[in-house]
Amino acid sequence: MPAVQETVERVKRIDVDQYRYGFETLIESDKAPKGLSEETVKFISEKKNEPAWMLQWRLEAYRRWLTMTEPTWARVDYPKIDFQDLYYYSAPKPKKTITSLDEIDPEILKTYEKLGIPLREVAMLEGVEPKPGEEDPTRRKIAVDAVFDSVSVATTFKAELKKAGVIFMPISEAIREHPELVQKYLGSVVPTSDNFYATLNSAVFSDGSFVYVPPGVRCPMELSTYFRINERNTGQFERTLIIADKGSYVSYLEGCTAPQRDENQLHAAVVELVTHDDAEIKYSTVQNWYPGNSEGKGGIYNFVTKRGDCRGNNSKISWTQVETGSAITWKYPSCILRGDNSRGEFYSIAISNGYQQVDSGTKMIHLGKNTSSRIISKGIAAGKSQNTYRGLVTAHRKATGARNFTACDSLLIGDKCGAHTVPYIEAKNSSATFEHEATTSKISEDVLFYCIQRGLTQEEAVGLVVNGFVKDVLQQLPMEFAVEAQKLISISLEGSVG
Amino acid sequence: MALLEVKDLKVRVEEREILHGLTLTVNEGEIHAIMGPNGSGKSTLSHVIAGKPGYEVTDGEILFKGEDLLAMAPNERAAKGVFLAFQYPVEIPGVSTMNFLRTALNAQRKARGESEYSTPDFLKKVREVSKSLNIPQDMLKRGVNVGFSGGEKKRNEVLQMALFEPSLCILDEMDSGLDIDALRIAADGVNALHSPKRAMVVITHYQRLLNYIVPDIVHVMSKGRVVKSGGKELALELEASGYAQFEDAA
Repeated sequence: MPAVQETVERVKRIDVDQYRYGFETLIESDKAPKGLSEETVKFISEKKNEPAWMLQWRLEAYRRWLTMTEPTWARVDYPKIDFQDLYYYSAPKPKKTITSLDEIDPEILKTYEKLGIPLREVAMLEGVEPKPGEEDPTRRKIAVDAVFDSVSVATTFKAELKKAGVIFMPISEAIREHPELVQKYLGSVVPTSDNFYATLNSAVFSDGSFVYVPPGVRCPMELSTYFRINERNTGQFERTLIIADKGSYVSYLEGCTAPQRDENQLHAAVVELVTHDDAEIKYSTVQNWYPGNSEGKGGIYNFVTKRGDCRGNNSKISWTQVETGSAITWKYPSCILRGDNSRGEFYSIAISNGYQQVDSGTKMIHLGKNTSSRIISKGIAAGKSQNTYRGLVTAHRKATGARNFTACDSLLIGDKCGAHTVPYIEAKNSSATFEHEATTSKISEDVLFYCIQRGLTQEEAVGLVVNGFVKDVLQQLPMEFAVEAQKLISISLEGSVG
Repeated sequence: MALLEVKDLKVRVEEREILHGLTLTVNEGEIHAIMGPNGSGKSTLSHVIAGKPGYEVTDGEILFKGEDLLAMAPNERAAKGVFLAFQYPVEIPGVSTMNFLRTALNAQRKARGESEYSTPDFLKKVREVSKSLNIPQDMLKRGVNVGFSGGEKKRNEVLQMALFEPSLCILDEMDSGLDIDALRIAADGVNALHSPKRAMVVITHYQRLLNYIVPDIVHVMSKGRVVKSGGKELALELEASGYAQFEDAA
């Protein structure tokens, strides 16, 4: 698989070559053998000190996976993946100790600057550590502040969450500490047999987060600000499970506007959400994985299964996503509207540039009475990219009074990209009301020239027009992130015109 | 002092020459009117000065404040003080007029090495300017020109002119699509902005606009050249006898 090799090479050049720093033995011992087998699954489970039931669960998934074939229906094209040529587990890579910001690639710093991320936070994100006996007081201050901040912030947050009774921890910990909850809910929304990538994830998932919000509790904070800094080392097979018990509310934000690189090309995450009666989960994603180089080589393959189950009456699940990275995106955050009067929402901005391929959308499955859903999708294609919206809205026979509104807008920049809309709509009862609107437009030269004549550069003009185009969705993001996402959008489209 | 000097300008669009050696000098504080029939090259001239892509300058030069304008990117020209009021201002959905004005003004200031306006300072400035032009605040909250009437679009152009304080304003067929009341309001705005340092170039097909904006100098264009220049009475003469007399001269 040359593409994988290409990524590995690239990341090696960008990241620190760990072998040079003598971590060789350590790395080798913490790596599962190459390829996927029952041994690999056992190795992972053992590394995580998992109980027997968890190993059994993984093994069942693995056996199931062996009988499955890779899906090919998406409008994406990539070299065939050799699943036996991949590593499925390796301990987080020890990074070379960086002692000042001067040692970080200036290109990366430039991106942070454009995103408006404060330098102190950059120091944290890039893992700047104080050098022993470091003389320069300014340098030391950065690092000390970073350590001080992340520890104190994390502690304050943990205390507050504990007071509210919210459980928020890595899923590997939850498996050991709250087995009753994990056993009850894991795989209950995305079963181990669900699809090729979800099944693969079930067999080999590395880690992820677990959230449980008890009845009647409104989570006192966005589960994001603290998490954003700590999420850097999530592996390629992430598993997230969020449960909002009766009458509770939680807002969760994953991802980071900062550029994310990983030596693993294949990513297959699973996210499961469950809401009971009158509960609500708001899940926001900002994804900025490495998209590949200017010739379309390398880049992350992102095959994600995200699904929410509105299990209780009057419950609500809302997905908001800003997708700018990855070479391949295959992602359909969905809602099963099981409870009566439950509501599902999907707000999406999917940007593709260069040779990126995006096939993304949602499924709204109306099962309960008087369920409603809303889909607002904004696809932006630039460069030589292909951007597809694929969505399913379906009303079950018993889902009387189901309602959906869908608006899919595509914006094309340049004449070498493509935007595609593939909506599936199925109403199995006559009382359902489904509305679908779709538009495709191009950024016109006249609009760009108008902005440029007023003093904007070409890139600023594109950024402004695109941010106007996606405004409805940006408004759904938590405030602090909306600002960063807006800048990220402009950066993603740099060099797309001209 | 000469603000804009166009010297023997030759311009092509896709192999076809539109301007065949045009010369024009505009001094600080002057109001020039450029008149001419359709296809005489009036709009081409305004586009080339502003730097719109798609035009190829094959000969001649344009100096702005003594500097080579053609060597500058269009946004640099804007920052230097060239403003083009468009014949058909575009709509930008989802971008509020306020946001657009601030982004543009700060981009220009940044390019000139000036400090960018903070939000409160900008709001104060934009309120002052819009008040002086009798532009309702409500218009600033709407998307740029989205759902604006023809008159509102032109007033938005005048507002930008007032806010950006350019030294050269080119008004391209400002009267098109306006009824007489809207025309008067827009023209009043333009007149209010005329100053001893700021020059205006008014491009128009009809004389009626010049009843409201009184030019110092009128140029007649035909077939890609300035064929006659004179005082404001030249416009009246044209209104009476038409452009036909100049077709042969060209």
